[in-house]
Amino acid sequence: MPTVDLAHTPLRELNAALHRLKPDSNETHWRVLNPRGRHAVAVGIDAPILVEVEGHVGYYCAGMNKSATVVVNGNAGPGVAENMMSGQVRVKGDVSQAAGATGCGGLLVVDGNAAARCGISMKGIDIVVKGSVGHLSAFMAQAGRLVVLGEAGEALGDSIYEARLYVHGAVKSLGADCVEKPLEDHHRAELGRLLDAAGVAGEIDVGTFRRYGSARRLYHFHIDNIGSY
Amino acid sequence: MCGIVGLFLKDPSLEPQLGMLVAGMLGTLCDRGPDSAGFAVYGAETPGSIKLTLRAPAGYAFERLARRLETAAGTSVPHAIHDTHMVVTVPLAREAAVRAELAEFAPEVGIVGAGRRMEIFKEVGRPDLVARRFGLPGMAGTHAIGHTRMATESAVTTDGAHPFTTGPDQCLVHNGSLSNHNAVRRELIRHGLAFQTENDSEVAAGYMTWQMREGLSLAQTLEASLAALDGFYTFVVGTESGFGVLRDPIACKPAVMAETERWVAFGTEYRALVDLPGIDAARVWEPEPATVYFRERH
Repeated sequence: MPTVDLAHTPLRELNAALHRLKPDSNETHWRVLNPRGRHAVAVGIDAPILVEVEGHVGYYCAGMNKSATVVVNGNAGPGVAENMMSGQVRVKGDVSQAAGATGCGGLLVVDGNAAARCGISMKGIDIVVKGSVGHLSAFMAQAGRLVVLGEAGEALGDSIYEARLYVHGAVKSLGADCVEKPLEDHHRAELGRLLDAAGVAGEIDVGTFRRYGSARRLYHFHIDNIGSY
Repeated sequence: MCGIVGLFLKDPSLEPQLGMLVAGMLGTLCDRGPDSAGFAVYGAETPGSIKLTLRAPAGYAFERLARRLETAAGTSVPHAIHDTHMVVTVPLAREAAVRAELAEFAPEVGIVGAGRRMEIFKEVGRPDLVARRFGLPGMAGTHAIGHTRMATESAVTTDGAHPFTTGPDQCLVHNGSLSNHNAVRRELIRHGLAFQTENDSEVAAGYMTWQMREGLSLAQTLEASLAALDGFYTFVVGTESGFGVLRDPIACKPAVMAETERWVAFGTEYRALVDLPGIDAARVWEPEPATVYFRERH
């Protein structure tokens, strides 16, 4: 198992080594020590490997991830798993703003809380936050699912497109064009699969979530809606 | 960009290391603000006296000025020269005389800050070099705040460097940009305030100075800033007994706080905190938007 200590190895060497991995690489389990808040740790991986990061990371950790599973045993700064394509990113602590931003696929699981703009412009990623999310989460969210076991801050789902939002706790306010929608059986099934993937299946009754999504009134510019843009 | 650091020591045994710890934090944030840097250190007080931090052009004959101030004060004026700055400790009863002497005979010397415990230092240049020039690593105290500036709203000058003083033992550092600073500046000028620069952060400091002059507490002033100041900001204010933090409601600018049994720290990024003793066991969190945080000794 390769272990890279960032106290001694430059971050670029780590990322370059991860980028060189082929899909059939035998080096499938990596440990990264002493990230000490560095930016862009384990970004751009394109191989089905597991990377465990021992400590807090800075901006953009696991950005553009494809196929890999990146586990952060600590907190993550802004933009964790931004633009993820596939694979998984799991953060054991809290994450800062814009977690999972513009993500196209894969699963981001946050054990703690996420700050503002979680899932901003998400395009297919699934995000499960076991704590709460800050204001303007799922802003302009296009596709994918955001599941929040705690509460959501102001203006949830502002200008949302077709992403689906499931929140267990209180929502401080909904953003423009975001409305509550009925939670039907296929939504419960979907939610159950997401909670299972996040490792919390059975801990919480899927029927106690509320679903939010787009009212589809702001897709196209209309002069009558000028006050809502 | 820009970077802010703050460190409040709960464990007095760390006080001799305050400057060294803060210098390390500032150095880490050089890449967030390579244009200028500054810091406020809250150190020992001399009962019955006030400390004035003076700033003059490079190479200034501070010793001669100190002798002149002693004559004006009619007593000894302990002074410490740090590069382009000099801190003079003046009996409170002689403060007015010393200020008058400075205004009349040394108009080229600015008063950067005043207070029983606060000393402020700021200059243009890379933050790690600025900290070294002033001898920050050797400074002791209970708490300090610092700033690394990447200029966006006004020129790179020492006057435009942070911290900005907002009153005795009080100062402000700012990460962000205000969009209504010209309008607020005009308003404050009508209320009699004077400004040295076109800088937006100086306006924020002026606004707070004015509000407190009108009778608001510092906490009330910060609350009032939420309505009066438009734009992006994380403010950290230093006070005689601690520091306060306020982020704007949108909270674009990053901020991290951490606490152990021995200290409480603020950093624009977690990176700035990684060399603090015991950081691995610290509680680390992100301050909420539009919420005033204070950490003070009682």
